[in-house]
Amino acid sequence: MSGELTTSTAAELAQRIHAREVSSVEVTQAHLDRIAEVDGEINAFLHVAGERALEAAAAVDAALAAGAAPASPLAGVPLALKDVFTTTDMPTTCASKILEGWMSPYDATLTGKLRAAGIPILGKTNMVEFAMGSSTENSAYGPTRNPWDTTRIPGGSGGGSAAALASHQAPLAIGTDTGGSIRQPAAVTATVGTKPTYGTVSRYGLVACASSLDQGGPCGRTVLDTALLHEVIAGYDPRDSTSRNVPVPPVVEAARRGAEGDLRGVKVGVVKELHSDSYQSGVLASFDAAVAQLKELGAEVVEVSCPHFEYGLPSYYLVMPSEVSSNLARFDAMRYGLRVGDDGTHSAEQVMAMTRAAGFGPEVKRRIMIGTYALSAGYYDAYYGQALKVRTLIARDFDAAYEQVDVLVSPTSPFTPWKLGEKVDDPLAMYLSDLCTLPTNLAGHPAMSVPSGLSEDDGLPVGLQIMAPALADDRLYRVGAAYEAARGPIGVAPVA
Amino acid sequence: MPAISRDEVAHLARLSRLALSDAELDQFAGQLDSILSHVRTISEVAAADVPATASPDPEVNVTRPDVVAPGLTPDQALAAAPAVEEQRFMVPQILGEGE
Repeated sequence: MSGELTTSTAAELAQRIHAREVSSVEVTQAHLDRIAEVDGEINAFLHVAGERALEAAAAVDAALAAGAAPASPLAGVPLALKDVFTTTDMPTTCASKILEGWMSPYDATLTGKLRAAGIPILGKTNMVEFAMGSSTENSAYGPTRNPWDTTRIPGGSGGGSAAALASHQAPLAIGTDTGGSIRQPAAVTATVGTKPTYGTVSRYGLVACASSLDQGGPCGRTVLDTALLHEVIAGYDPRDSTSRNVPVPPVVEAARRGAEGDLRGVKVGVVKELHSDSYQSGVLASFDAAVAQLKELGAEVVEVSCPHFEYGLPSYYLVMPSEVSSNLARFDAMRYGLRVGDDGTHSAEQVMAMTRAAGFGPEVKRRIMIGTYALSAGYYDAYYGQALKVRTLIARDFDAAYEQVDVLVSPTSPFTPWKLGEKVDDPLAMYLSDLCTLPTNLAGHPAMSVPSGLSEDDGLPVGLQIMAPALADDRLYRVGAAYEAARGPIGVAPVA
Repeated sequence: MPAISRDEVAHLARLSRLALSDAELDQFAGQLDSILSHVRTISEVAAADVPATASPDPEVNVTRPDVVAPGLTPDQALAAAPAVEEQRFMVPQILGEGE
C-alpha cells in the first residue's frame, strides 16, 4: 500500500484523496515512512516536520469529510520545501551555519500559499549554502546524494528537492532557480522542474541570493504535477516589489493539451551555441533524439543562433556575486543568526568579520569577494557595468530568436551528474555546468527541464531544457508534456 | 599576469568583513584569480552604446499605499537576536573610547 502511494503522481494522489479513496494522512504518513527508510542515505531533508505535516493532512481530510470542496487541486498531497523559504514552524537555514536553527518570525508568501492550498509540508530540503552552486556539496549539513548513483551529486542548488522526488520521499517539491538551481538538479535526477518567468512567483520570504535572478518554482516527477504546483504558487504579491501583476499563464491546461501529443504548428529552435562538442557525447545523443521526437510530434524544428550566449557565463558570474555581496551583508551577527567572538574584547566590526568567517562556507566567501571586487570603484565599469550590458545583448538574442520560433531547446546540463568531490576544489569547472541554464535567468524568462532518458555512455539521467519568452510559461508545459508522453517511462532510480 | 594578487584578496576579505585565515587566503587567491581571468573576457564584448540591464523586471519604483498594517511585535522581532537588553538588540562596542 505505502509503496504504491509513494510512487504515484501527485495528480493521481490528489484525485484519490479528493474522492476519499485514500486519506491525506495515509499519503503523508507513507512519505514520512519513506523518508525514515531512505533519507539516511540520501540526505535530502535538513528538517522533517512529521507532526505538523500530519496535522495539515488531517485538516484536509476533515474538510473533505465535512463535504467541503478541496482547497486546491493539490489539497492533501504532501510536498518538500527548499530550506530557503521562511517558515514559522520549522527552522530556515539556507544550509548555512550562520542561520543554524533560525526560526523566522514570518512565513514566505509561497509558504502561505502552500498552507492555504492544503498542501502538507513534509520538511525542508537540503541545498547548496545560500543557493550558490550546482552540486549540493557545499551544504553546512553534508552533501545530498543522487538516488541514481549515491556516489554522485544530485545537482544544485536544489539537490535536496530533486533527490527527494527521485527517491520517492515526496511527490512534489519547491525549488529556486538563480542560474539553473531548479533545472540542473531536475536534469541529473530525471525529474521535472520549472523556473517560471521572473516576478511571477513571489520572492517575499525567499532568502535572497541574487535578487534580479532569483525565482522560486515547482518541481515534480511529471510535467502535469509540476504544472499543478505552478498554478498554486504563482500570482501577484504586493509584498514583493518585483512581482508582476499579470494573470498566471494557463499552465495546467497547456500540460493537458500537450499530453495529447500534437505539436503541429509549434516552432522549436535549437540553440546552436548550446550544442557543443565539449558537451558529454551521451548528453548530445539524448538531446538529438529528443529533438527528433519533437519533429515526429509535428513540431517544426529550426536552428537558431544566439551569439552572445557565449558570454552568459562571465556575465552571470559578475552580476550574481555582485548582488550576493550586497544581499549577504545583512548577515552581520547583530540582529539574528550566529554571533562569534562577542567576549568584550572585540569591536562590533571584528565580531562581524569573525562571525562571517565562521558562519559562511567557502563558496559563499568566494562569491562575496568576487562581488565586492566587481563593485569596487576601480573595476565597476569594466566588470559589473559590462556584465549588465552583456545582459542586454543576451536578452536581444532571445528576442530575435523568438521572432522566429515559439520555444527554444537545449540540453539542460552539458554533463550527467559527476562524482561527489570531483569539482569541489575547482569552482570554475563547477560553474561551467551552468552554461545552458544561465541565459534565461539573465533575461528573466521561463524555462523547464524534462528528463530525456539515460545517457548511452554512462546510464545516468539527462535533461531536455525548454525555454520560452517572458510570461509564456504555458508553452513550456505544452511542449514538455507532449515530449514526455512520446518519450515514455524512463524507469526509477536504484534508491527508489 | 594574474587577475588578482593575494594581497588584493586579503584587502577584499577585509572589505567583505570576512576574517579569513592565512590558509583560506592562499586557497582563495588562486581560485579567485582563475574565476576573474575567465570573467574578464567580458570587457571587450559590449559597445559603449549598449544600455545596461540591471533587472529583467519592467516595473520600476514600485510603491505601495502608505497605510498602517500589522507588523512584528517587539518580542517576535527580538526572538532570534544573539543578545537583547531592555527590548533592544544588544551589540558589541561600535565606537572606541572617547569617540
